[in-house]
Amino acid sequence: MIAVIDYGAGNLRNVANAISRLGYEPKITGDPAEVFNAQAVVLPGVGAAADAMSNLAKLKLVRLIRRIIDEDKPFLGVCLGLQVLFTGTEEGGWHECLGIIPGSVRKLPAGLKIPHMGWNQVRQKMTHPIFEGVPDEANFYFVHSYYAEPEDKSLVAGETDYGIPFCSVIARGNLVATQFHPEKSGELGLKIYDNFIKLALGAKAGRN
Amino acid sequence: MLTKRIIPCLDVKNGRVVKGVKFRDHRDAGDPVELAAFYNEQGADELVFYDITASSDGREIMREVVERTAGQVFIPLTVGGGLRTVEDIRQMLAAGADKVSINTAAVLDPDFITRGAERFGNQCIVLGMDARRVPGSNPTRWEVFTHTGADGGRTSGRDAVEWAIEAVKKGAGEIVVNSIDADGTQAGYDLELLRSISEAVSVPVVASGGAGQPEDLYQALVSGKADAVLAATIFHYGTYSINDVKEYLRKKQIAVRARG
Repeated sequence: MIAVIDYGAGNLRNVANAISRLGYEPKITGDPAEVFNAQAVVLPGVGAAADAMSNLAKLKLVRLIRRIIDEDKPFLGVCLGLQVLFTGTEEGGWHECLGIIPGSVRKLPAGLKIPHMGWNQVRQKMTHPIFEGVPDEANFYFVHSYYAEPEDKSLVAGETDYGIPFCSVIARGNLVATQFHPEKSGELGLKIYDNFIKLALGAKAGRN
Repeated sequence: MLTKRIIPCLDVKNGRVVKGVKFRDHRDAGDPVELAAFYNEQGADELVFYDITASSDGREIMREVVERTAGQVFIPLTVGGGLRTVEDIRQMLAAGADKVSINTAAVLDPDFITRGAERFGNQCIVLGMDARRVPGSNPTRWEVFTHTGADGGRTSGRDAVEWAIEAVKKGAGEIVVNSIDADGTQAGYDLELLRSISEAVSVPVVASGGAGQPEDLYQALVSGKADAVLAATIFHYGTYSINDVKEYLRKKQIAVRARG
């Protein structure tokens, strides 16, 4: 079972749809035990980071997510689910986030249309199983006004240009996160989910 | 580089696509789900369903259409038409829509935009705007019309550019600018209107109304400074496929997404 964390953010259904389409079993859940016992966890999300953090706290998922990632269990963050992994965000004033990846989330530079909305290219910065069968510079669907800047640049698996080059894919062990929405990025987006799930099922995470 | 989006728009009534749709080798051209899949195959970058059903039964059918589409087609989907409350928005997003387009209800109550944006995020809330040139105005002005589903609608008295600026302040994350003068003419988009709005706001602007050939879409993106183009007739009648349009734009150095 692949847990899709339900913490009141939108977009869950389409993540679950993508996983079902690939023949796996998604479960939309905010229950800590179910999330912990899943073979892989997806943290989706659209909306504001501060709201997301307060909802995760209410559901007692903050420590659980840290533990899952500490134990290197397969974890995929999507869009806001990437941003909340960082130390903190500038969105709506400074707000602390999960602090799993050192770095901050900043507003995209002025001068271009915001949100950054539409299909843009991901430049692959490393060879990683998440990119299996995905051509370099392939287009994915983005919708966001803030971007994440990790302190450790070696975690940047993919980069995209919008006024500035920004980190669009993060990878560290079995933790992967994308700023774009793979569930809205056509066949190649589904390929990203498929690669993540294959990575998860192949990982020796010590669970069913 | 961010590519320019090509967006087919389907008018849906009681769960069926209205306007004649002619595709060869197509079993059921009136089924919105099947058409959505077809356009997805052709390389559409997003899809818009516009619900022109008046009844609440019709809206329930629309939610089913959205659910079935979202289970099969993995590109962004916007749903518009008749959404009046935050609960209406919530139900469409829960069914699988990524964005909702609101028009008349936003004009009547601009804070509706804010309520939607605060609950679901600015990126979910698209302002749909129907604008018409004020005859004899110099410099040219456009007025916002509401209730355009019936009898050509009525003027709200609002200036289109000012309304666009206000809607963004209220929380709209994108604006679809539909020219009533150009709609259905296939004589090209209202480029002056598009440019005026695109230069006035910080959010993406989608051109709508008037596309007859690929050059019209090119002009909307270049002269009109639009970020995306929406079209119905040229795609529905099969005059041009989405791929034809993208090929044309690519030859003219516009960045568009390849299929796949």
